[in-house]
Amino acid sequence: MSATTAAETAPPAPPPAAPAGLRKAARRKKMVPYWLLLPGILWLVIFFAAPLVYQASTSVQTGSLEEGFKVTWHFQTYWDALTEYYPQFLRSVMYAATATVLCLLLGYPLAYLIAFRAGRWRNLVMILVIAPFFTSFLIRTLAWKTILSDSGPVVGVLNSLHILDVTSQLGLTDGERLLATPLAVVCGLTYNFLPFMILPLYSSLERIDGRLHEAAGDLYAKPFTTFRKVTFPLSMPGVVAGTLLTFIPAAGDYINAELLGSTDQKMVGNVIQSQFLRVLDYPTAAALSFILMAAILAMVTVYIRRSGTEDLV
Amino acid sequence: MALTRWIRRNLVVFAGLGTLAYLILPNVVVLVFSFNKPNGRFNYEWQRFSTEAWADPCGVADLCGSLSLSLKIALWATIGATVLGTMIAFALARYRFRARPAVNSLIFLPMAMPEVVMAASLATLFLNMGVDFGFWTILIAHIMFCLSFVVTAVKARVMSMDPRLEQAAQDLYASPAQTFLRVTLPIAAPGIAAGALLSFALSFDDFIITNFNAGSTVTFPMFVWGSAQRGTPVQINVIGTAMFAIAVLCVLAGQLAGTRRKRS
Repeated sequence: MSATTAAETAPPAPPPAAPAGLRKAARRKKMVPYWLLLPGILWLVIFFAAPLVYQASTSVQTGSLEEGFKVTWHFQTYWDALTEYYPQFLRSVMYAATATVLCLLLGYPLAYLIAFRAGRWRNLVMILVIAPFFTSFLIRTLAWKTILSDSGPVVGVLNSLHILDVTSQLGLTDGERLLATPLAVVCGLTYNFLPFMILPLYSSLERIDGRLHEAAGDLYAKPFTTFRKVTFPLSMPGVVAGTLLTFIPAAGDYINAELLGSTDQKMVGNVIQSQFLRVLDYPTAAALSFILMAAILAMVTVYIRRSGTEDLV
Repeated sequence: MALTRWIRRNLVVFAGLGTLAYLILPNVVVLVFSFNKPNGRFNYEWQRFSTEAWADPCGVADLCGSLSLSLKIALWATIGATVLGTMIAFALARYRFRARPAVNSLIFLPMAMPEVVMAASLATLFLNMGVDFGFWTILIAHIMFCLSFVVTAVKARVMSMDPRLEQAAQDLYASPAQTFLRVTLPIAAPGIAAGALLSFALSFDDFIITNFNAGSTVTFPMFVWGSAQRGTPVQINVIGTAMFAIAVLCVLAGQLAGTRRKRS
């Protein structure tokens, strides 16, 4: 934060008139930020913060759609939700964590390529990373149904190499199929959130002074040592931002599990969606989303503390 | 030996290009399958070449209606979020005040929250208030989640701005309004444009929050979602490909104009 204060950027003070007028002008100037904030912050308070409070009260209500819901401090809902849906919770965390690691492994080379090796192709590669965004992600996720289909080339090749035998032994796939397996869902999650990893990685890699690489080389560091001791530590802000931007939406996602998975791959997002929109059991949906929110906030806080990048927020 | 060394030196390039292929492959599939003539209701398996869908992109009931609704919502959400977000960004970048940390976390939280949580809680509020779900509830929700992204984009730009430029304008007897319109706003414009573009893209492509707050109103992503259950018309691929092509053309045109301006 620079030392830009109101005084520095403020217009020149009006010519000295009555002291009372001056004081009023000063008070008015003090109110300027609040007037600027008011409409937007009101919007967020009413439509973001207040709903969370509402959600909290809904989660301890009991009743039915016909008779209406009443707050009865029924904390049992939380316990019931956890005992009934803990497999979905675990699955969400595991799928999201796996997808995040895969995004990092896949995204880092591409971000590195754009930042240091693309040369005059840099803009083109950048466009190719961003452009797929403009086709609705639901359409692109449906395209994975074609790519991974049972009679498609991917399944054919993997089958002839007996790779699917190995993965189904590991429980990642099921028989000679890819669709409706954990692997397909994780593949979809990885694909959908990959740009959210690449862009922050790129922006922190791009800031690294190229001369640092030369210096490391001059000091007899091998290329991999240069990467491990210089490049990677300097790209940490991008790694942290990228993993957060990937993990958080992936943990709450229900689209990939719905389109690419079967009932055995349902994540907690699917449960919330069906409880809310189909079963109309609002207290359970509220309790589930509260647990999800708390779990993610806790994980994110610990992660940010650990990686020592609090200034990110 | 020389070959293995060359491969080893360019390993990162190959890995990066592999990732790029992974990112682009679905778009290629969407393009190819927009020329398909499927046998059943679902467009997942290649049958034979046909340009029928391209000749009649609106040939499916409700498809183009949902598309224009999505464009309308995205436009209004962009305007709303950009105006409100820019105001907040200026307040945060320019003034010191007591509520700053609270405001900062209120801006950060929506970006750090899974969409499904925001979606369900906002829908709970609307339900309890007895609000009818439809265009307005979608628009309210979209402005809400786009706001934070605009604030982040504009704030970064305004904070990196040299305050002496504005002082210079004032030394040259520019009124506060003139200073703002002719110095501050043009400098902040790229940040505002980035925030607006991001809002448009986020709003247009949003599914989860819309899913909870739309009622029976059908936006384009909702249409695609519904068709994944009922049967996917080839026209979906046509529109997906057309949007991709338009976006790429716009970016290329912008780049071309940029290099021209640099040269002249």
